[in-house]
Amino acid sequence: MTTFAWLLPLAPLVAAAIGFFLPRDTIRPAAIVGSLGALVALVSAVVLVTGDASDVVRSGRELGQFGGLTVRLGISAGSVAALVAVAVGLVALAVQVYSSSYLHGDANYAPYAAQISLFTAAMMTVVVADDLLLLLIGWEVMGACSYLLIAHDRKLPEAPGAAVKAFLVTRVGDIGFLVGIAILAVQAGTLDIGSVITKVVEGGISAGWITAAALCLLAGVFGKSAQFPLHSWLPDAMAGPTPISALIHAATMVAAGVYVVARLNPLFAASQTALAVLAIAASITMLWGACCAMAAEDMKKVLAWSTVSQLGYMTGALAIGSSKAALFHLLSHAAFKALLFLCAGAVIHAISSNLIADAGGLRKRMPVTFWTMTIGLAALAGLPPVSGFWSKELILAQAEHAHGWQGRVVLVAGLLTVVLTAWYSTRLWLRLFFGHYRGEAAKPHDPPAAMSWPLIVLSVLAAGFGLFGVLSPAFRARLGGGELASLGLLTAVVLFGVAIGALTARQGAAERDPAAMLGPLRTVFANGFYFDAVQDALVTRPVKALARAVKRVDVSGVDGVVEGLGTGTSWIAKGVNRVHAAGLPRYATATLGGVLLIAIAALATEVLR
Amino acid sequence: MIMIALLVVSALGALAAFLPAQFARFVSTGLAALAFGLSLAMYATGAGFWHEYDKPWVPGLNLRFHLGVDGISWPLIVLTTLLTLLCCGYSLWKTPDSRLIGLLLAMQTGIVGAFLALDLVLFFVFFEVILLPMYAVIAGWGGPAKRAAARKFVLYTLFGSMLLLLGVYLVVDQTGSADLAAPKGTATMAAFVFLALGFAVKAPLWPLHTWLPDAHSEAPTVGSVMLAGVLLKLGTYGLIRVAIPVAPEAAAKAAPVLGGLAVAAILIGGLVCLAQTELKRLIAYSSVGHMGFVLLGIATMSATGLQAALIGNLAHGLITGLLFFLVGAIKDRTHTGELSQLGGLRDSSPWLAGILGFAALASLGLPGLAGFWGEAFAVIAAAQRGWWLGAALAAVGGALAAAYLLRMLRKVTHGSSPPRLTGPAGYELAAWVPLAVLTIAVGLAPLLITDVTGPAVDALVEAIQR
Repeated sequence: MTTFAWLLPLAPLVAAAIGFFLPRDTIRPAAIVGSLGALVALVSAVVLVTGDASDVVRSGRELGQFGGLTVRLGISAGSVAALVAVAVGLVALAVQVYSSSYLHGDANYAPYAAQISLFTAAMMTVVVADDLLLLLIGWEVMGACSYLLIAHDRKLPEAPGAAVKAFLVTRVGDIGFLVGIAILAVQAGTLDIGSVITKVVEGGISAGWITAAALCLLAGVFGKSAQFPLHSWLPDAMAGPTPISALIHAATMVAAGVYVVARLNPLFAASQTALAVLAIAASITMLWGACCAMAAEDMKKVLAWSTVSQLGYMTGALAIGSSKAALFHLLSHAAFKALLFLCAGAVIHAISSNLIADAGGLRKRMPVTFWTMTIGLAALAGLPPVSGFWSKELILAQAEHAHGWQGRVVLVAGLLTVVLTAWYSTRLWLRLFFGHYRGEAAKPHDPPAAMSWPLIVLSVLAAGFGLFGVLSPAFRARLGGGELASLGLLTAVVLFGVAIGALTARQGAAERDPAAMLGPLRTVFANGFYFDAVQDALVTRPVKALARAVKRVDVSGVDGVVEGLGTGTSWIAKGVNRVHAAGLPRYATATLGGVLLIAIAALATEVLR
Repeated sequence: MIMIALLVVSALGALAAFLPAQFARFVSTGLAALAFGLSLAMYATGAGFWHEYDKPWVPGLNLRFHLGVDGISWPLIVLTTLLTLLCCGYSLWKTPDSRLIGLLLAMQTGIVGAFLALDLVLFFVFFEVILLPMYAVIAGWGGPAKRAAARKFVLYTLFGSMLLLLGVYLVVDQTGSADLAAPKGTATMAAFVFLALGFAVKAPLWPLHTWLPDAHSEAPTVGSVMLAGVLLKLGTYGLIRVAIPVAPEAAAKAAPVLGGLAVAAILIGGLVCLAQTELKRLIAYSSVGHMGFVLLGIATMSATGLQAALIGNLAHGLITGLLFFLVGAIKDRTHTGELSQLGGLRDSSPWLAGILGFAALASLGLPGLAGFWGEAFAVIAAAQRGWWLGAALAAVGGALAAAYLLRMLRKVTHGSSPPRLTGPAGYELAAWVPLAVLTIAVGLAPLLITDVTGPAVDALVEAIQR
């Protein structure tokens, strides 16, 4: 079992290492290497999942010793880690296979595939890490990979900016993450996650420090999992190739934040303040993302905002102390969001445009894409019996039973979001597949096999996973026991909300964009509440201005003193030189004067003595 | 004896420049390779000095020719001989001038001597040997404003040396010993301040840093590599080996000031880089921020902080050395370093862009690469010391580093592309690859360094807390 646990991060890492040395434009070997890496990781994860759920694989060796603190290359693959690893491996494999066809003819395919492998390895590292710094390695390497992959498309002028934004915003959150780790390291005296948690549970760390550590770590989580106010990078990140969006939005990167909170659950559970902050951020994020998704014109942007919104559900579940519900939704979301992005990629591939306005009437022309995407959208909206319904229902039921106001906030926001989600899912479905074809590309058709097979596999999962999850006792045991469904009043409310959402969207019919119903709000939503402008005015521009000011002070102030000393000295030297360059008569006079002065001084001392 | 051999080989390499020009540079480079081998051969394990050589030097003044190598100095000696060898190899093809190679080896003699010296006066002598070769390298092979930059470098660092000399005098006067192997540790605050100021100029610590950007941006590529890669390390090494052990009590009192200035250096270095418009100057200024992390680690005076400082020192030498090689390669091809005129490197030269991206990620402290450990543990060590604000601000400096390096990458690698540039030459790869490989190796297995430095650091901390 230990070998399989090590293979989770190592197999993709080796694939990445090989991939970086392949010729840049080879596609087939690069795709094979990348897919093999993901496949080995996936198989290892499946082996771990089928093993005993209570069996935690632990292994490690020392990486370095810094004073009293030891960094260990320590892994711990517990029951939850194995499940998440399956999702990561599966999505990575689907993305590798799909990309080989989606990016055919790309001149830089080999590094691209290697970067996906590295991305996968980094996420797997986060999943199995048993040391806070090892976790941080995976955590930040993911940020770097997202940067590289989002900027992959050379023809998109906005891609480099979006890439920088993705890395920087998450890195700003990581300031908090590093400080949080420092707090834990200092207070617990170890970097080992297991020992830290034991220390927290045993009350070895004061409540104030726990809250401080939890809040600092949350900053990093907000960055990675795109929670308000660090969410703005995610919608822009769709400038990357569509398979990359699937990778980032489904199983890696954004999932990491949620996973880490679940992994360090006892720490967060010990701090009501942290949970309250999380609940508020989750509720805002849920509604914010859903509103923006309603008006987005770009089909990938609809999906990107929906990810923001769905992540709000997961963090909401964490905030009410139910990491089980959060992980359940994380897994089902991984399946249906990867599916949706890959479907969107198929549509974009066919109509050569990202805009919803250029699609329409694709139901007959692209049947595979239509049916798979229908399943994906149903899961996103939360229609029974597909996966999204079960996981979302569980979160709402948990919120209903939760103590304190956090539960009620999450419940209200969650129910509202159900309606909005149903609305924008229906809008996307109608606008893409019904009515007349509005695009210019000739004869849109279903994609080739390498692209459609991942769709089919993922759609089966997106459809069946929820039911499987609810019915399988082994699965429940892995998530931490308990029931995964509590069908009751809430189910009726969810269904009712879905029906209302779908009906209002249907009102506009397929020919007219239902987003027109939003009236003046449409532009506000479509621009993401103008948050980018706010961020620009409050953060980016002040920092830039500060940088310019500091540079000016450094050049003219600090260095000015140095240069001034230099020029001052030469100036004085010139003056002294001028005095001394007067010619013989004055030298003679000066010498005489000097002699006289010394004589007087000598006389004076003699007299005084 | 192996230490003497290393110094003699280095010095012979410098003297070989006077041989006939056809083979002088090959002889020198060969001797540089031999020196690198010798430095590797010095490896041993454990606390205390692995090799020691102690003979009277000027008996009348009670000066001793005392050399020694331990876990603190050995990694820096290897870094020095490695970078010198790489620079010599690079110069063989790039600027085939035996005088430049001879100067590089003369510099190596001084630097290695300073790292080996266990007598304070001997240390000072070696410390000063470096100054003139570096001056000559900048003034002889530098850019358009080389004379002014070289003059500023030499005057500023001489100013630092004078302070250092005062400190040396005070230490010998107060403690009656110039021994560094087992310093008495009774020097006063005045001695510490002079020593620390002298080293702070070299390191450089804000606000004594302004010689550095000018020197770097005018120096030739190999000059910049040596300057950033090893010369700056003399400042931090001096603090660890000399200033703190001879006056631990004074150091403990001054530590918060040192830490505060280090954090200021991190933030100010980062902000200035964010507004920088010239590539080489940007990398030069980034050293101010990175050395700030090293100095923060030293200021904590704890085992964690000193370990962080030592690994950070080494990582900075590798990464910034690589960055200066790459910047040199870019400027050779595009004939400009202005960020506004560069762009599209990933289309015009994918290899160069790839390695530059790698080096930039390493420089911004990406976990898993060498630069990360020093920075992360400097932050943790500051937190251990109770300097929470300092730790948080240093972490902000990490984000600033990401901001300016990504801005740099965006301007240099993305955007519209110029015509295709020539690919990397063999001699360039020979200089880059070892540095890149070591960056990954130290990043993935920091124990390569921490196991070497650990016992010595523990012994040092024990000594200064006594």
